[in-house]
Amino acid sequence: MPEIKLIVRNKVGLHARPAVLFVQAAQRFQSEIRAIKDGKEGNAKSFKAVLGLAVNQNDEVVVRAEGPDAEQALSALAKLVEENFGEP
Amino acid sequence: MKQFKGIPASPGIAAGPAFVYRPVELIVPSSPGVDAAIEWTRCQRAMAAAQQELAALRQRATSEFGEEEAAIFDAHQMIVSDPDLEEELRAELEAGACAEAAVEIVYARAIKTFQDMDDPFFRSRGMDFVDVRRRLLCLLLGIQDRSLAELDTPAIILAQDLMPSDTAQMNKAMVRGFCTAGGGPLSHTAILARNLGLPAVVGAGDGILGISSNTPSIVDGGEGILIVDAGEDVQAAYRERAAVTAGSVSAARAQAHAPAVTQDGHQVEIGANIGLPGEEADALQAGAEGIGLLRTEFLFVGRQTAPSEEEQFKAYLPIFEAMGDRPVIARTLDIGGDKPAPFLSVPHEDNPYLGWRAIRIGLSQPELLKTQLRALLRAGSGHNLKIMFPMIATIEEIEAARHLLDEARGELEARGQALAGLVEVGTMVEVPSAALMADHLATQVDFFSIGSNDLTQYTLAADRGNPAVAGLTDSLHPAVLRLVDQVIRSAHAAGIWVGLCGELAGDLTAIPVLLGLGLDEFSMGAAAIPGAKALIRRLSRSEAQSLAGEALSQPNARSVRELVQRWMSDRT
Repeated sequence: MPEIKLIVRNKVGLHARPAVLFVQAAQRFQSEIRAIKDGKEGNAKSFKAVLGLAVNQNDEVVVRAEGPDAEQALSALAKLVEENFGEP
Repeated sequence: MKQFKGIPASPGIAAGPAFVYRPVELIVPSSPGVDAAIEWTRCQRAMAAAQQELAALRQRATSEFGEEEAAIFDAHQMIVSDPDLEEELRAELEAGACAEAAVEIVYARAIKTFQDMDDPFFRSRGMDFVDVRRRLLCLLLGIQDRSLAELDTPAIILAQDLMPSDTAQMNKAMVRGFCTAGGGPLSHTAILARNLGLPAVVGAGDGILGISSNTPSIVDGGEGILIVDAGEDVQAAYRERAAVTAGSVSAARAQAHAPAVTQDGHQVEIGANIGLPGEEADALQAGAEGIGLLRTEFLFVGRQTAPSEEEQFKAYLPIFEAMGDRPVIARTLDIGGDKPAPFLSVPHEDNPYLGWRAIRIGLSQPELLKTQLRALLRAGSGHNLKIMFPMIATIEEIEAARHLLDEARGELEARGQALAGLVEVGTMVEVPSAALMADHLATQVDFFSIGSNDLTQYTLAADRGNPAVAGLTDSLHPAVLRLVDQVIRSAHAAGIWVGLCGELAGDLTAIPVLLGLGLDEFSMGAAAIPGAKALIRRLSRSEAQSLAGEALSQPNARSVRELVQRWMSDRT
């Protein structure tokens, strides 16, 4: 199953607006997408699960995808995080 | 008159009749569902209706409160349609629950997960699930709750806690201030009030819910108190303070970023007191030259477990980054019986102000204090960090605290971690014994910061929170001023500087006296900064010195105030 490692640079981590954007992005894909932090795993399309990982600034998150558009999903999520959720 | 003490959440003073918000109590039927498919259809209808309501609230919030507040409803919409929650709901329905019971069970589980989290920012998100649960249950039960929307006279809002849905439908034009029984400085009400520039007190206890609507109330957001049924004298004093703050801010804001230099060329430093992440932005905007007091209690109060070094580091770092190379004076944890932190399990004390609190806790639980010191040293790396210890009463305490700071530094060096190099170390002077022994203490530290609020209540033996004796606690009492004078003289003789970070530093009547006594740094709430700077620029240091000399020889606080007011009116 393809996976990527992302470092969340955003000041608030995956909280508030960045968390909403992350989950919205994941929901655009058919594949099953999981987010993992410190061994804790959750459904990347579930806002509750993503918030529940308590991802802070500079935390590493592993994202795994399985399905027809897995590669596209991972690159879209990577882009979102690398571009810091559109914040300067 | 009755007074309730809570946690300061948003500065300012407001007066008006109370409006007690009591949401309709929802009774969730525990009856089994008629049929899982029918109950699921009911759930889906409620979810669709919730999405519609939330879209409308989002629009209203965008125009009334701004994008930040509106974004909360994006999160709520995501919660309503959350696939994990949906799956759990269906499982409960399959197991025979009715729609209401399923929502109750599934959301209660999610809320518990958040309440158990260590990180306060993520923990506070639990409120969003509480809010969405209420919306879904109201829809399922056919209940409408609109009392805040129908507010038609100016009022102080009292509530258990307010949720985004409550505040978004509230008639904002009529709200003067907030006081909540529950919640902390990071609660929704606290954040919203700061954004709106309205005073707020949180965590004031369930006692406030017994107040009747329309009771005359005063919220003092800077002090964290709610006063109801105040006498005419107290009301007049608050009206005056509110007017002074409002007037000086608007007039002086334009000059807020210029330094505070007196007519005869003496410059003093003006810092801000902050107690929450994000407040440093207000401080900078108001013209603060540094943070004169960074209260760190927000990380500790109300916690079941102590915050980790990492969590503290992350909370402090943005403050240092925002301040760049401007000084940030962090005060180590100042908790105790009066500012409860459940993880400490402080036993009941008859006299918490004289009990196990502040540095006394830090020294008896060295790991707790060292964890904080390590987090501060790391966050202050490359910045201008200064550390001060609260409630020092004896020279042994400051020696022990410095020793722990050295240990914390050594531990970080052993880990090879980046940490702040030169860090000035200071002590708060708020216990009369420290003021009286200032000449000895001065040999142990790089600066003093006078905590005038506590120094006043300890000197006059009067609890500021107790309305029966609150009249005794005027910090301009000559007894307090004589101690301040002695502290400044001892410090200057030893070649160290003195700041003052109590309410007195922003009191326009006190400023000429403090300037005359030789205070080097004034640290106050951000809102008071422009006015304080403007006043100092109009004063002459040498004239203020004569005024201070006269103030020290007055018999009581009232005559000091009258003296300064006469002196000021001669000069304007």
